[in-house]
Order: sequence, then C-alpha cells, then structure tokens
Amino acid sequence: MSRSLTRKIVLPLLGLLAVLAVWTAISHAVARDFPSPYRTWMESRRYVLEPFFKDGEMNQGIGRLAVYSLVRVGIGFLLTLAIGTPLGFLLGLSRAFHQAFDPIIQFLRPISPLAWLPLGLVIFQKSEPAAVFTIALCAMWPTVINTAVGVRSISPDHLNVGRVLRLSRFKMLTKIIVPASLPYVFTGYRLSLGLAWLVIVASEMLTGTPGVGGFLWQEYNSLVYSHILLSVITIGAIGFALDRLMGLVEARVRAA
Amino acid sequence: MAYLEVRGLTKSYTTRRAVAHVLGGVDLTLDEGEFVGIVGYSGSGKTALISLLAGLLRPDAGTIVLDGAPVVEPGPERGIVFQQYSLLPWMSVYENVALAVDAVNPGMPGGERRRITEELIALVNLSGAAWKRPRELSGGMRQRVAVARGLATRPKLLLMDEPFSALDALTRATLQDELLRIWSERRSTVILVTNDVDEAILLADRIYPLTPGPGAVLGPPIEVTLPRPRGRRHMSLSPAYQKARQGLVEFLRACRRGQA
Repeated sequence: MSRSLTRKIVLPLLGLLAVLAVWTAISHAVARDFPSPYRTWMESRRYVLEPFFKDGEMNQGIGRLAVYSLVRVGIGFLLTLAIGTPLGFLLGLSRAFHQAFDPIIQFLRPISPLAWLPLGLVIFQKSEPAAVFTIALCAMWPTVINTAVGVRSISPDHLNVGRVLRLSRFKMLTKIIVPASLPYVFTGYRLSLGLAWLVIVASEMLTGTPGVGGFLWQEYNSLVYSHILLSVITIGAIGFALDRLMGLVEARVRAA
Repeated sequence: MAYLEVRGLTKSYTTRRAVAHVLGGVDLTLDEGEFVGIVGYSGSGKTALISLLAGLLRPDAGTIVLDGAPVVEPGPERGIVFQQYSLLPWMSVYENVALAVDAVNPGMPGGERRRITEELIALVNLSGAAWKRPRELSGGMRQRVAVARGLATRPKLLLMDEPFSALDALTRATLQDELLRIWSERRSTVILVTNDVDEAILLADRIYPLTPGPGAVLGPPIEVTLPRPRGRRHMSLSPAYQKARQGLVEFLRACRRGQA
C-alpha cells in the first residue's frame, strides 16, 4: 500500500517541482518580464485567497470570474446536448438523414471558434449570446458523431430482440436503441465539455466579457503578466476537474 | 396441413467476391407439441435456418407456414433462444423477461403481468437473481434467462440455436435436464439446432441431420424411441439411444466423405 501511495503522490509532486524549476529558470534567465512562480503567487494572492471579492467589473476574485465562465460554458454545453443528441440519433437511425447531412457536418466540424464568433456577434448583436452560440456550435460535433456511431454499432442481436417482440417504434427507442448507445453518447458528452471549455477562453478574449478568459486578456493589456499565469492555471485546473467529473459520469453509465 | 410446414427453403449470401449457397431446399414438417432436433456440423447453415424460421431473414425461395399463417417477418409467436449475447445488458433478469411478457400482453393489468414474469423466472430457478444484470450472472444462468424470455410470449414455436454450446460440459448437462423438465411441464413445440448429437437424442422426439453445406438440406429423420420421462443416467446403454446415435453419425460422416 505504501509503495503505491508513494507512486501516486510522490512522483506527481516531483513532476510538479520540476516544472516549477523550469518556470523559475526561464523567468530568471530568459525573459525578465515573465514572472517567476514566487512573484506570480505574491501578485495573485488576493485573487486566490479571497476568490469572490469584487472591486469593479474587471477586477474580481478568480472564483467569481470562474463562475462567470462556468455559467457561460454550462449554457453552451446544455445547448450542445439539446441539439447534438437528437441530431446524433437521427444521423445514426436514418440512412437518408445521414446521407443528407453528414457531408455538411464534416464540413462544419473543423471550423475554428475564432471564425464563428464574429458571425455570432453579427447575428445576436450582443457578446453574451454570441459567446454561447460559439461554444455550442464548436462543442457539438463530438456529441453528434459519437451518438451516431453509438446507434450504428448496436449489436444486431439486441435489435433482433426488439424485432421478434414487434416492439413499437417508441419502445424500440426507449428500451433498446437509447440504452444501447448511451456509453458512446456519454463519451461524446465528455469530449464536448472539454471542447466547450477550450472555446470559452477564445470567445471571452474576443468579446471582452468578464470571465477567466476575459480577465486574462485584460491583464495582458494592463501588463500584469502574473495574472495571465493565474488565469492559465485556473483554466487548466477547472478543465481538469470538468474532465474528471464527466469521466466519473461516463464510467457510471458504462457500468450500468 | 401440418402445424409447421417448411417447403423448399433456399438461401444464399452474396458477398463482394462470390455467392455462398447456404441452404439448398429445406423441407420440414412438425406437429404441435413436438420436440425436433436438427444436428449438423458447424458452419453448415444451422443459424441461417433458424433465422429464416424466425423471420429475421427472408428466404430466396420456399415457404414457411406456421399454424396456417405464412411466416414473412419476425414475431412473438416464434420465440428464439440464441447461442449467447442476446440478453439486454442494461436490464435486470426481471426486466429482460418482462419486456417480452409486456410486449404480448398489452391490455393485461400490471399485477397479472408481474405474476407471469415471476412465474417464468421461477420456472428457470432464477427467483433469487431476478434483480441482477446479465453481466453478474454465469453463462448458464444467462441462458436460463434466455429460455424464460423465449417462453414468455407463449410462442407457438420455440426456436433454439445452439443454446448451450457456449457453456462448459457440466453446466450444459444441468441445463439440458432443466429444459427436459420445462418441456414436460409446458409441452411447447420446439426446434433445437445443435452440433451435439447426444443433446439432440436426450431432448428430441425426432432428429434431422443437416448435410454439410454448401446447399445444405435435411437428411432423413431419425425417430428417437427413448421413452419419456428421460434421464441421462444409463441412457447411453439403451438400444434406442445407440440406434439413433449410430444412424445420425453414420449419415453425417457419409455426407462429409462424399464431399471430400
């Protein structure tokens, strides 16, 4: 037990120390403007220790900023689920639908969030819905594609059970097709959530809305570089936590 | 007209490279309440034949008439027990069986449907495991569930496609004995496809050999004159057993020699 504990705790700590050493070395030897870990901490202390303070629109604790970003991502992600899941099922169930829309999806999929955002601004005239629109549009594809693949890879044996019992279309869907494809669907959800979190930073930077990404860009413009690092670390930590959380949900669905 | 009449059933599969003739004109008649075995080598088209009888596949030619109605699509009056993997893994034992019970008794009150479901689970001795998922069960227990589900629709014909071939020998023997008991209680009409000659003799009234493909057909039937109720003890010593086994094995070996 102590051996595995050592490996689980001591080795990651060593890795962290190595990264901090390289970071310190860079800030001292290569780029003097690049704050060292110590300076980053000293200048960010208040944001971390009082995470929910609010002095003004653009000077708030990192926790408060993170909540803004998370709410935005949450809305975008919900939109992704609400549109992406039925789209994926249609794509997997109907050959005609697949032939009609698969080329378009493959075409839309690789378009960067940076390209969608201006369009969102044109359509909605406001930065908040434009950001949500961008998140939903970029994060949707893994959900759509995984759901479709999940539906198409249902074992014919399981479908035959429904055929032999002459289940209605509704029962076929609720008793066989949806539960059989659920593990794939949730893998799609996890990937989509990861993407949504990636997109949030870009969309906040471009629209200047308050949030971790918006804060990062503003502090770059105000030359407070340590806060860029604070934002980067926060983004990483939240992204990691979100992925783990969805991973747990996914594992539960797979085990069921 | 007999209860089940199968006439001139043929089936080929077309792949990119070639056409595989699987069945070359299968004829078969069954009376109500009969237990018929079909024995053949692996890959001789046994599963294709069961799928055709179930209506899951369409024949290239030939007809299947069950109790006066032509078979053109799958339906609950023909229950199937597959070799394996056919239980829905996201449902408990109870839910797997209830799905079939509910499907054929839409107007029945819930309490009555529950009673039938519980009765079927008790019939296959799984009352203690009713709320377990298939992956928590042994292979033998899973096949018991499959049998219960196959019977749940009160089918006119129960089709069994090598139901016990994925089980170890001891479990297989137990399940064969159970099937014998269940059949003597229910007297369903059963077609059992198997590659195990002894299994067919123990269970069936009549056994058809399926010639090795391509273009497999059923050979002359062999009546199993072993008296019921049957038990596996001393079965192999009885002349009726030996006669049936010899007839089957010799026919199938001769087919294979003729081919090679």
